[in-house]
Amino acid sequence: MNKSLLNYTLRIADNNLILGHRLSEWCGHGPILEQDIALTNIALDLVGQARNYFQLAAEIKGGGATEDDFAYLRDVYDFQNVLLTEQPNGHFGETITRQFFFDVFNYYFTQALTKSTNSQLAAIAEKSLKEITYHLRFSSEWMIRLGDGTEESHAKMQQAVDDLWMFTGEAFQADALDLEMVENGVGVKLEEIKPYFDQKVTDILDQATLSLPEGNWMQKGGKQGKHSEHLGFILAELQFLQRAYPGAKW
Amino acid sequence: MSDSKNISLEDRFQEKIDNNIQIEPKDWMPEGYRKTLIRQISQHAHSEIVGMLPEGNWISRAPSLRRKMGLLAKVQDEAGHGLYLYGAAETLGADRASLIDDLHSGKAKYSSIFNYPTLTWADIGAIGWLVDGAAIMNQVPLCSCSYGPYARAMVRVCKEESFHQRQGFEIMMALCNGSPEQKELAQDALNRWWWPSLMMFGPNDSESKHSAQSMKWKIKRFSNDELRQRFVDMSVPQAKILGITIPDADLKWNEETKQHDYGKIDWEEFWNVVKGNGPCNKQRLKTRNKAHDQGKWVREAATAYAEKRRQRNANRAKTA
Ligand SMILES: [Fe+2]
Ligand SMILES: [Fe+2]
Repeated sequence: MNKSLLNYTLRIADNNLILGHRLSEWCGHGPILEQDIALTNIALDLVGQARNYFQLAAEIKGGGATEDDFAYLRDVYDFQNVLLTEQPNGHFGETITRQFFFDVFNYYFTQALTKSTNSQLAAIAEKSLKEITYHLRFSSEWMIRLGDGTEESHAKMQQAVDDLWMFTGEAFQADALDLEMVENGVGVKLEEIKPYFDQKVTDILDQATLSLPEGNWMQKGGKQGKHSEHLGFILAELQFLQRAYPGAKW
Repeated sequence: MSDSKNISLEDRFQEKIDNNIQIEPKDWMPEGYRKTLIRQISQHAHSEIVGMLPEGNWISRAPSLRRKMGLLAKVQDEAGHGLYLYGAAETLGADRASLIDDLHSGKAKYSSIFNYPTLTWADIGAIGWLVDGAAIMNQVPLCSCSYGPYARAMVRVCKEESFHQRQGFEIMMALCNGSPEQKELAQDALNRWWWPSLMMFGPNDSESKHSAQSMKWKIKRFSNDELRQRFVDMSVPQAKILGITIPDADLKWNEETKQHDYGKIDWEEFWNVVKGNGPCNKQRLKTRNKAHDQGKWVREAATAYAEKRRQRNANRAKTA
């Protein structure tokens, strides 16, 4: 078994699962029926993508592992999603801002992943890119609409940007695993996609009449399994049935 | 003069209905027909929207990734049903925002079934199987109701509802083929959802106040008791396949009538839930109101932004 490849695949899957789970919490509680449906669509796409990556991970791991083993039977320190994805939904604008930052990263990351020397990862990336393109358009439009909407919405969005910006650096900080995977041609060169991320974020925030906060301190740890307190509660709900009825088929 | 004109319009309207010609939004229709339809369609739309809550309750706890996506997609379908139906009500001159206000103020009704709580994962199976099943019984006849936009909306809705029902039954099947504890979950859910599902068809025909006129207008095609009987007859063999027991000691096959006799429905409970005393009435409305109130700034911002854009485009056109 290629342990690095497994971990790298899980890292991508975890981002999708945790953010998809967060978005799914909106279902039935959206501000407008159409937006309720739209957020659920994105949640479905992300969980769907997580499944593709988990299925690949199960294949890499072998020994009868399944997609659900990864989602339901690992603990907090095994999850490698970036901290951004586990942040609470907050108000609609905070959810949109979290989504926008993730979508910009995810778009350029996935685009680069289509060039991976691992054909299975490349194939999943290729399949996902159309969906991610739509996610990015959706969240960009709402950034602009809410940023440039009313005084109240502008203030709420600026606060969301200020609060969430510090969770965006981690995705671009290459650790040993990232470097190893770049070396063998499987992974994405994070420093190469960073300028595109910065450009896109600046462009959309400009249109939204919003600005980035002054400080440039960035939180990190998610990719290495050092999470915020939020993830434990996500897993408590997500994994409840699999933990309460071990081995049951659903 | 106007009287005789009205009578002839009304006669022509009824003649169309008798000949199964569908009524379209621009056609003349009696005020009572319009009002009855707006009430019925908007209640139906509200039921779809409130119905998202009890099932949405289990999205974050669904037991596998496949089930999570199945449930998410299902609850999203219900939101879509709400949209089609509000759309159909708008063709009659109603306004979606004020219909929704009536729901949130408690003035408008929605299906009482959604005032029961979902306590375990098996409730998601039972709701799909029984509640979507009862909804299909009620709604399939509406696919050929006299009002065109409603009938067409129901065709789309029913297709998805039957998918929901299969999905629910499959969840029940997995539980009943699972461990003894899982089967117990399934039985417990059936115990709690059976009677409220029978109540979904509404009061007995002898008590139902809107029925005769609605039948004549073909916006109701079978009586409450007829539909309820069909539902019982359909569900009995399904429960048998699952290997769980319908909680009704009086339930038995009647060789003479070729249908199942069943026990007495607790109408006191039914009317209490209708009046607002169900286990979750207050909770459901509170949740809906909270989502709506917290979304106010979003809706205002979207409107303000659209207006800004319109003005900018107009200015651009002027200077060009
Ligand atoms: Fe529905
Ligand atoms: Fe349904």
